[in-house]
Amino acid sequence: MQDETILEIKDLNICFEMREGTVNAVNGVNFSVKPGEVLGIVGESGSGKSLSARSIMNLLPRNATVTNGSVKFRKTDGEVIDILAEKRESRKMRELRGGHVGMIFQEPMTALSPVHSIGKQIMTTLSLHTDLSKKAQVERAADLLAMVQMPKPMEMLKKYPHQLSGGMRQRAMIAMALSCNPSLLLADEPTTALDVTTEAQILDLIMSLQDELNMAVIFITHNFGVVAEIADRVSVMYLGNAVETAAVDDIFYNPKHPYTRALLQSIPRLDGQKRHRLQTIEGMVPDPFNLPTGCVFHTRCAEKMAGKCTSQIPELTHFENDQMARCHLHQA
Amino acid sequence: MAGYIAHRLLWSIPTLIVITIATFVIIQLPPGDYVTAYIAELVETGEVIDAETAAHIRHEFGLDRPMYEQFLTWIGGILLHGDFGLSLDWKLPVSELIWDRIGLTLLISMLSLLMTWVIAIPIGVYSATRQYSFLDHLFTVLGFLGRGIPDFLLALVLMWMGFLYFNFHVGGLFSPAYENAPWSFAKFIDLLSHLWVPVLVLSTGGAAGLLRIMRANMLEELGKPYVETAYAQGLSERQVVWRYPVRVALNPFISTVGWALPALISGDVITAVVLNLPTTGPLLLRSLQNQDMYLAGGFILILSVFTIIGTLLSDILLVLTDPRIRHS
Repeated sequence: MQDETILEIKDLNICFEMREGTVNAVNGVNFSVKPGEVLGIVGESGSGKSLSARSIMNLLPRNATVTNGSVKFRKTDGEVIDILAEKRESRKMRELRGGHVGMIFQEPMTALSPVHSIGKQIMTTLSLHTDLSKKAQVERAADLLAMVQMPKPMEMLKKYPHQLSGGMRQRAMIAMALSCNPSLLLADEPTTALDVTTEAQILDLIMSLQDELNMAVIFITHNFGVVAEIADRVSVMYLGNAVETAAVDDIFYNPKHPYTRALLQSIPRLDGQKRHRLQTIEGMVPDPFNLPTGCVFHTRCAEKMAGKCTSQIPELTHFENDQMARCHLHQA
Repeated sequence: MAGYIAHRLLWSIPTLIVITIATFVIIQLPPGDYVTAYIAELVETGEVIDAETAAHIRHEFGLDRPMYEQFLTWIGGILLHGDFGLSLDWKLPVSELIWDRIGLTLLISMLSLLMTWVIAIPIGVYSATRQYSFLDHLFTVLGFLGRGIPDFLLALVLMWMGFLYFNFHVGGLFSPAYENAPWSFAKFIDLLSHLWVPVLVLSTGGAAGLLRIMRANMLEELGKPYVETAYAQGLSERQVVWRYPVRVALNPFISTVGWALPALISGDVITAVVLNLPTTGPLLLRSLQNQDMYLAGGFILILSVFTIIGTLLSDILLVLTDPRIRHS
């Protein structure tokens, strides 16, 4: 693990054993995050992006098995935790969750406990990871709500989730995730369930807090527009593979992988030429029980090379400026 | 909150009035009355009563008066003097018959209810958090067995085994020596030694059903995103399970705890008959068979009061435990 990285995922493989067969949900994912960096993970449903994030918390579904790879996290005191080597319930993992890594979720409607007040839920995190007195916890919780720009924080503490709007709940969720000053924030599609105006506000909030607290953020989304707005680096996932990882400008202006290019072409643009049909990616996402041989994208790839792509799994190719792609086009 | 309770209490008054009228009418609906049943009983033993004597008895009991008059006399007696009338069958005041038994009934039923929860909730939670584990499958099998075996059959088997292998005095709540003795510590010990059979019998069926419900509720709650949030806060599994989903999963139980009160009185008649328990169930059954209308009416009146109190109690409990109800 390099000195300056805070999180490193290496060759991560996760599979589900099901009655119908084995699903390889994550196949050799690699990425790393530096302190204060925003990594966007983009991919369609079932591409393994959420699962990769869950592995950082060591909170995979119980029927999931990690078959290979490592996830390492560096705490602010320099200690490196080999997350997948830890037991799910170990003390180190419980300190990590909520203490060093905060997480916010997609569904603000259901991701907060319906039977506890907002204040109570924030104070639960505080009491787990800090020595604050009850009174200090209340003050800290109110400060946090003020930090996420909720009006009348002292009153908000007593509110229950069902009394708040979606945007307000997501703010409370963010306050909870940030309550113990985590050095890494995992955001799993935090704005997908919100309307566009609220989405913009929440994104602004996350970015200003990221700047203020100088924490690293992993932002999972299927929306390229969101990624363009907030990410420093982007990892594009397809069928459990991180097919390309690069700085955000390189992803948009110099994509190396045909899937990235195809995705970019299928984004509707306001300034684009009219009367042109939006480009789509040919074909369907393959059946997860029968993944294609060779490169998983070859069944839909416009630049497929017969023979090579259908039989050999492409190696990761490194380019300048830390750009990486898994594609035969770039291999000698 | 106080306003809410007062509002609910006020509403229970008309409810009670309607229930008492309805029960009084329904008890009298079948053809004939107590005297008919009485005569039929006498005929079986060979005695014959002529129409004149029958009319005389009817007049004595007030059965020849119009129904509304009978009702008003009866309800007036209860409201003004606390007098529930005379049991025609037992020739005893109804209150004497009822209150004697209600104490023991409450004791047995409360203990079984408590037992049911103590068994069902932890097992239900365990089964859900360790779904498809060996113990989950075992509890599922036991649960269905417990649900499937009729209570009275279990009671019979227990009585038989107790008699055969342990030489217990089975049936009833007291040994013959204490049956009519005044209350003493020895009598209390004797009661405890008899009590476990009905409590066990009455709680198995309930617990078996309840644990299936608890398991299903928990499975649903455990899959909800707020559980994952709780894990992501750094809580341990035990803290997550008991602080969050269990609280939500208990809601359906809380909303039905009120029904337990009336079920205490009317429920498990068959088991009570088999075990020869001096509870209210068998008495109510008999009073209905004999059209002993004041006794039956008294029972049903108390049942309705319990139902109303029970529902009110569970509604208040729900308001206290679930903020979503409190604020809507």
